[in-house]
Amino acid sequence: MKVGVVVFPGSNCDRDMFHVLTDVFHLDAQYYWHDKGLPENIDAVILPGGFSYGDRLRAGVIAAHSPVIKDVQKMSEKGIPILGVCNGFQILVESGLLPGVLLKNDSLNFMCEWTDLIVENNQTPFTNQFELNQKIPIPIANGEGKYFADDETLKSLQKNNQIVFRYSDVVNGSSNRIAGVCNEDGNVVGMMPHPERAVESEINPIDNKPSSLIFESLLEQMGVKN
Amino acid sequence: MSLESQELDELKTKIGRDPTSTELQIVAAEWSEHCSYKSSKRHLKMLPMTGPLVITEKGYDSGVLDVGDGYVVTAHIESHNHPSAVEPFGGAATGVGGVIRDILSTGTRPIALFDGLRFGNIEKDKQAKWLFKNAVSGISAYGNCLGIPTIGGEVEFDECYKNYALVDVAAVGFGKKENLIKNHAQKGDVVVLLGGATGRDGIGGSQFASDSLESEDRSAIQIPDPFIEKLIIEAILEARNQKLIHAMKDLGGGGLSCAVSETADSLGIGIEMDVTKVHTRESDMHPDEIMVSESQERMLIVTNLEKLEKLKIICEKFNIQCSVIGHVTFDNLMHVKNGEDTIAKISTDVVTNATLLDLPSKKPAYLETIEDEKEFPLLENYSEILSKLLFSPNISSKIWVYGQYDHEVGIRTVVKPGVDASVLRLDNGKFLSAKIDGNPKHCYINPREGAIGCFEEACRNVVCTGAKPIGMLDHLQFGNPKDTEIFWTFLESLKGLTDFANDFEIPCVGGKVSLYNETPSGSIKPTPVIGVLGLIDKTPMISQKISENDCLVILGDTKNELGGSEYFEYIHKFIGGKCPVVNFVDSKKNMKSVLEIIQDKLVKSVHDCSKGGLAVAVSELCMTNNVGCSVSLEKVPGESLPTDKILFSESHSRYLLIVEKNKLEHLKSILEKNNTSFEIIGNFGGNSISFSNNSKPVIDLLVDKTQKVWLSSLEELVMHA
Repeated sequence: MKVGVVVFPGSNCDRDMFHVLTDVFHLDAQYYWHDKGLPENIDAVILPGGFSYGDRLRAGVIAAHSPVIKDVQKMSEKGIPILGVCNGFQILVESGLLPGVLLKNDSLNFMCEWTDLIVENNQTPFTNQFELNQKIPIPIANGEGKYFADDETLKSLQKNNQIVFRYSDVVNGSSNRIAGVCNEDGNVVGMMPHPERAVESEINPIDNKPSSLIFESLLEQMGVKN
Repeated sequence: MSLESQELDELKTKIGRDPTSTELQIVAAEWSEHCSYKSSKRHLKMLPMTGPLVITEKGYDSGVLDVGDGYVVTAHIESHNHPSAVEPFGGAATGVGGVIRDILSTGTRPIALFDGLRFGNIEKDKQAKWLFKNAVSGISAYGNCLGIPTIGGEVEFDECYKNYALVDVAAVGFGKKENLIKNHAQKGDVVVLLGGATGRDGIGGSQFASDSLESEDRSAIQIPDPFIEKLIIEAILEARNQKLIHAMKDLGGGGLSCAVSETADSLGIGIEMDVTKVHTRESDMHPDEIMVSESQERMLIVTNLEKLEKLKIICEKFNIQCSVIGHVTFDNLMHVKNGEDTIAKISTDVVTNATLLDLPSKKPAYLETIEDEKEFPLLENYSEILSKLLFSPNISSKIWVYGQYDHEVGIRTVVKPGVDASVLRLDNGKFLSAKIDGNPKHCYINPREGAIGCFEEACRNVVCTGAKPIGMLDHLQFGNPKDTEIFWTFLESLKGLTDFANDFEIPCVGGKVSLYNETPSGSIKPTPVIGVLGLIDKTPMISQKISENDCLVILGDTKNELGGSEYFEYIHKFIGGKCPVVNFVDSKKNMKSVLEIIQDKLVKSVHDCSKGGLAVAVSELCMTNNVGCSVSLEKVPGESLPTDKILFSESHSRYLLIVEKNKLEHLKSILEKNNTSFEIIGNFGGNSISFSNNSKPVIDLLVDKTQKVWLSSLEELVMHA
């Protein structure tokens, strides 16, 4: 059972994600540099946060053209669980693997704060251990985190159960308070908040258990006993 | 902006001929105040710089502390005042970049940033507001992109910084002791310039910073590129892991001139280099421009030819440029060629060792009367005064600032910004606590006691987290040192810091001197900013939520020393009176008691009492915990004082302890055993912040209403006013 952590030039949450996967959840994780392909035997892929290419042009848009994205796409078609966090979510959106776009926050500033998420879909490989409407205290840290989609897309997201997380309050102006979405098949999930920053009690001042369920869901999906 | 005439004469005498134009540029950069510390160096030696945990190595630009189990913490502080006063976004951003490369050059990974920001009166002055807003954006844009959390700092506004800015950045690094770069060079080694291309930005930056800010010399300002910096960090750390680096130095003030000459001098070697080998942003740069450009995101590396090939592979992976610009020689000369032509050939000793000055000093005349007290008309409405202070730019919550900084990335931040010191977890199970503090209002009134107060305040904050102070960073910011009165204030501050450091056995592990901080209306107030690092062996003090019936205990005496207090200056518009003085014996006793109480788990929370005094410190506790508190002022230990002075005195060495009732007896026994001055002065509960004196109500504020304004007033002022 192997989890690939894709690293782009400018990724900066790759080491945090790796630590959580290996040291906290004892998974076999491996870094993959963006300019190479992914091996066939990977069971899940994570695109971590950061500032790929320094957020030039638009967050995630250059990384979406990295060679590795072709393999990410292939894996998504095979139904392999793929999670994009923060910049990883922006890259998935820019590469067309997830619907919608991410715009500048309403404050026009970078925002780093703790917020509450509400689980809207507990059928994905990253949310199968949650109760519906369960609350997750979790930090956000982004400048372009406002999720936007046109009305038609929003309707189809709702209809296909593609809204995975919502903010409990209005945080940054996201359409329908959306914080995370999935593709139609549900195996590709993107979210702006950082679960890897919230799973250890030492650094989570509120409650680390809900965020841990994101990774425990993956373990369940992969059939790993933790 | 070049050498003064006697310096030129001296240079001619030393080399026995007229210097070439390139030599002149190199020497002018290196002999500038910014690079040579010529005014301050002979005095800085008074600070204690060694200790059982301090690791020293030639050529390091940052301090190194052994934190056990094979790990080290590195730390450094820098400022970027002159550039930030002209172009606050770029100035502040490149300030962050520079100090990070100092951490990187020891071979450690930067893990935290702190920033101290000072501007003019933002309530009145639109330019101050613009400078503030953009400096915060610059730090946010740079630090966030690198994935290095900004976990602490301070923001202060004072008329003395009108049309000016102080932007101080401290950085902390972490790594394995065995991975520290042991700077050395061998025969056959090459000199490599790695990173961003050299351009026409920051030309003469170090001389620009060594003079009063008279013109907005934009070409002297460096342009930031955090993306390249991030790639450099990862490339260098990969090269470090493969042991490819013999010696390393970042390019900062003075550009190549300083990096090459200082590397050669510290290693006792010579370097021969060719400017045509430097990768440049523009094709027609003059060799002298290449030598003094302060383009950012560049590192100088000494390695051998075999390792160079591996280094090139790493650079290729990260798509960063690396050029072999020269090689190591053993003639102690800095030999610069432009293709085949020699354009400079000069002893590194001459370049790097500017003649140190012994500037005269004289006690400033204003100090003769500044401590005189003044009688104020009696103010009665203390609720109104406290509100005014809590919502003032200096005291209101800085959440608008630190909310723009990623303070979580790196997943080490155990105690987050917004309280006292922040705490990071380290890989060996220990914790690092750190805080920076300055107080120009106190330092103006008494440069010596004010500086000691900054040092003690930073220590206090670190102690509040359960950490023992292990190292100090000093950043000494003053006006023109050739003004004898200013130089006196510099020396006094330095002497005060030295006394405290010696007495408390806290070594100075790094520092910086920034002089010529002059505004159009005169010199800034003396502004030493002190950073203190503390180590926690086992468990940090994590504040628990305060609940009804918890007791408030104050430790330390409240005294009649309100000179430089926010109360005198912001409420009464009076600059004067006696400023707080640290009593070393009490200070040590109180620190020891607090650490003991924390270790015995007798407190729910510990809070430092400083700016705005007791009234503000209690309000902060109430607002961050959403709980009321009633305080009886007559119980506050110390001198017998009128109500306003008890409320707003900024006496040092004071701590507020929040204690559960059933732990009071145990706590008292420890404090009595240590002979510490303390009293139980209040009870938590209800929904108002209330103070009384001898049963007479003095202050009554609703927690929720006050909290709302306290949290938002700075943002309101910056964004909407």
